[in-house]
Amino acid sequence: MSPDRIVGIDLGTTNSLVAFMQGESPVVIPGDDGSNLVPSVVALDEKNQPVIGNAARKHLTETPERAVYSIKRLMGRGVDDVQKELKFFPFRLAEDLQPGEVLRIKLGDKTFTPPEISALILRQLKRNAERFFGAPVSKAVVTVPAYFNDAQRQSTKDAGRIAGLEVLRLVNEPTAASLAYGLDKKRNGIVAVYDLGGGTFDISILKLLDGIFEVIATNGDTHLGGDDIDNLLITIALDDTLGDLGLDLRRNGEAVQAIRNAVIEAKIALSSQPSAKLDVELPGGKRYLREITRVQFEQLIQPIIDRTVGPCKQALKDAGLKPEQIDEIVLVGGSTRIPKVRALVKELFHREPHTDLNPDEVVALGAAVQANILGGGSEATENMLLLDVTPLSLGIEVAGGVTDKIILRNSTVPASATQHYTTQVDGQANVAIHVLQGERELAKDCRSLARFDLKGIPPMAAGIARIEVKFLIDANGILHVSAREQRSGKESEIQVQPSYGLTDEQVESMILDSFDSAEEDFRQRQVIEARNEAATILAALDKGKKSPAWGRLTTDEKKKIAKMEKALIAVKTEDDYQAIRKAIDALNQGTTRLAELMMDSAVSTALKGKTMDEADMGEGPTAPHPVAKAEFE
Amino acid sequence: MRAVHFCEACGKVQPPAPVDYFTFFGLPRKLNLDVAALEKDFYELSRKLHPDLNARAGSQEQEWSLQQSSLLNDAYRALKNPIKRTQYLLKLEGVELEEQSKSATEQARSSGQLKKQIVPPDLLEEVFELNMQLEELRMQKKMGEDDPALIEEIGRQKLELEEKQEALLRELQDRWDMWDGMIQREQNGQPISEEERRQERDKMVDLLNRRNYIRNLVRDVNEVLEA
Repeated sequence: MSPDRIVGIDLGTTNSLVAFMQGESPVVIPGDDGSNLVPSVVALDEKNQPVIGNAARKHLTETPERAVYSIKRLMGRGVDDVQKELKFFPFRLAEDLQPGEVLRIKLGDKTFTPPEISALILRQLKRNAERFFGAPVSKAVVTVPAYFNDAQRQSTKDAGRIAGLEVLRLVNEPTAASLAYGLDKKRNGIVAVYDLGGGTFDISILKLLDGIFEVIATNGDTHLGGDDIDNLLITIALDDTLGDLGLDLRRNGEAVQAIRNAVIEAKIALSSQPSAKLDVELPGGKRYLREITRVQFEQLIQPIIDRTVGPCKQALKDAGLKPEQIDEIVLVGGSTRIPKVRALVKELFHREPHTDLNPDEVVALGAAVQANILGGGSEATENMLLLDVTPLSLGIEVAGGVTDKIILRNSTVPASATQHYTTQVDGQANVAIHVLQGERELAKDCRSLARFDLKGIPPMAAGIARIEVKFLIDANGILHVSAREQRSGKESEIQVQPSYGLTDEQVESMILDSFDSAEEDFRQRQVIEARNEAATILAALDKGKKSPAWGRLTTDEKKKIAKMEKALIAVKTEDDYQAIRKAIDALNQGTTRLAELMMDSAVSTALKGKTMDEADMGEGPTAPHPVAKAEFE
Repeated sequence: MRAVHFCEACGKVQPPAPVDYFTFFGLPRKLNLDVAALEKDFYELSRKLHPDLNARAGSQEQEWSLQQSSLLNDAYRALKNPIKRTQYLLKLEGVELEEQSKSATEQARSSGQLKKQIVPPDLLEEVFELNMQLEELRMQKKMGEDDPALIEEIGRQKLELEEKQEALLRELQDRWDMWDGMIQREQNGQPISEEERRQERDKMVDLLNRRNYIRNLVRDVNEVLEA
């Protein structure tokens, strides 16, 4: 087993998965509940311990104020961006948020930033992989929506760092899917990947040629997905209950969650059935009953799924291709199971889409393929290379608040651009630069990535300084900036202040925080291990009591053992692992003579002319021994 | 000669040499270019320089791989597209196309006037009429009306403009032959006068400006039609 095994992770809006390359094909690693999908839900239990995945789902309805889902929608975003989201999602923001600060979500009375919540999901996946391999995992390839901007990508990388994972590469989800598809089919041609997930939509058009996966164009919407369908149905249900039953449940977290579960179930059922029933128990003993037909459902969701049309057309236009020139269409994301979505794709590309890949798993499988390539490759991935693009144009603000685009969208990454600046007044020491991402003409309509100052320009007359600034987008789609004053050759100091991101120091402190809770995890593990050990020693004692050696103990010795046994049984159910250990040690000490006697009887049996093999070793030294230390992983 | 990107002996990525895009691919500074061969070269170099394939190398090599790979992508992007290639070559020849456009923008802004587009004289009449029609259609759309005859007329003119754009590209390609011939003569040891060089350059700058003008016009037409 390679010590630096790299896993592939799909950190999804609704579900997350971890996969790795087993021999020549990628496989998903299941969790301890046997499920391949870890729901992207995080909750705090009554002891303020984080609970992740399926275990956290019940908290959504039982203690909604202590649970959060779809956190991906908040990654790399500011307070102003999420106002619309907050109408539909039961997220509770910290009250003391300052404008420009990274969001913090309240779970119970604690607050967490989105990267910290994502980190908890990543850590769960890391643990699943570690349990599967029986070895530590510290490196990963993590997927992100292709249309994620710099801040959203940086947040995802931060989440990895907080979780103790080195994120070797961020891969765009549709591109990852194409890797899994290409590995499978080994065919050349033009492929379109239509990825409609829980919260995001991406369309990517790729050229596959002899192992090169070259993205030609990508487009999307980072706030469009199954969640929007759910929210629409929830809104209708809440209107219904208000209108028909006179119940205003909008502020009732538990009821909203119950309705949410019901509409999701109905949505899924409608992909295979002509109609579905909603039946939700409401507070006050009332019920919400409604039947929804597929025809009604399709009419309702039409405006939502129509929002994928614009990005698809734009991607085709950017690629300079007509729909007929697309050879294959790959569907990714749970929402592509909806027949109406499939019909739309068929209409857009004049072709039947591929449906033989599991749309929930294909991204994680592709991430595992990319992890394998980064790790040096194997026979299956030989010659495979991904050439991805930046989804959004990079620009800088120039006079008049206009965006001057310096790296255009759909440029293959890594990509760079060099700009020259000078000073406006004599002796000017600083030049301020505002970096933007987006397609709009005006800076105010683009996304602010960072503002920074070129500092320490040597004193010169106005216009003499010549500062060269290099902007480089790396293979993760993340921007790096460096600058040099060319006349003096002086390297300028650059402080890139992310507009919506965590600073290095903040991330650093969060890693420490998670170490603290690692301490907590450690404590819990210790309790479990001590209990297991106690169970083993008690079982061994039971066996010892049935052995002939037991009869050779004095009544006093037996009494002492019984007392210690009782003490261990009493303390075993408590959370104090040190107390359990103490009781185990005491019992170990107290049963030393019993152990010796058992050993003696085994040996004497052997001496009576039998070989060790034939001797009845049943209750002898090979059986669990009160003195023997139990072994744990 | 192509610039050295990786060690011939050990295959390790080398720091990028400060070269122009033509030299990066080992190409002469000519404008006619075999794009298929360029693509093949691009893929081949990507297989050696891309960060994904150097992920296990030392940090210095990874840094060089990132620099080299971005230079490769930048160079490929500039050279594969005929217009960008011409613009890039003209820039190497000292023509500041962008600067011209920028300073015009700034001038216009400081004087509070709209940026003055140099209308090619032979288009003057047509453009004037088209702008009138576009304005009329904008007004109609605002009122919620559509005049099919007007839309058809504008659509017809758009097609004409697109044809002109194509024609300009062909004309530009003819200039490429002139330019490449000149470079070839120079390589053969024949001195080229500064005047001849400047004339060839200016002709291409003029064609690019005209094409740019028409492209913007087509964009405006599309905006109004799709509104």
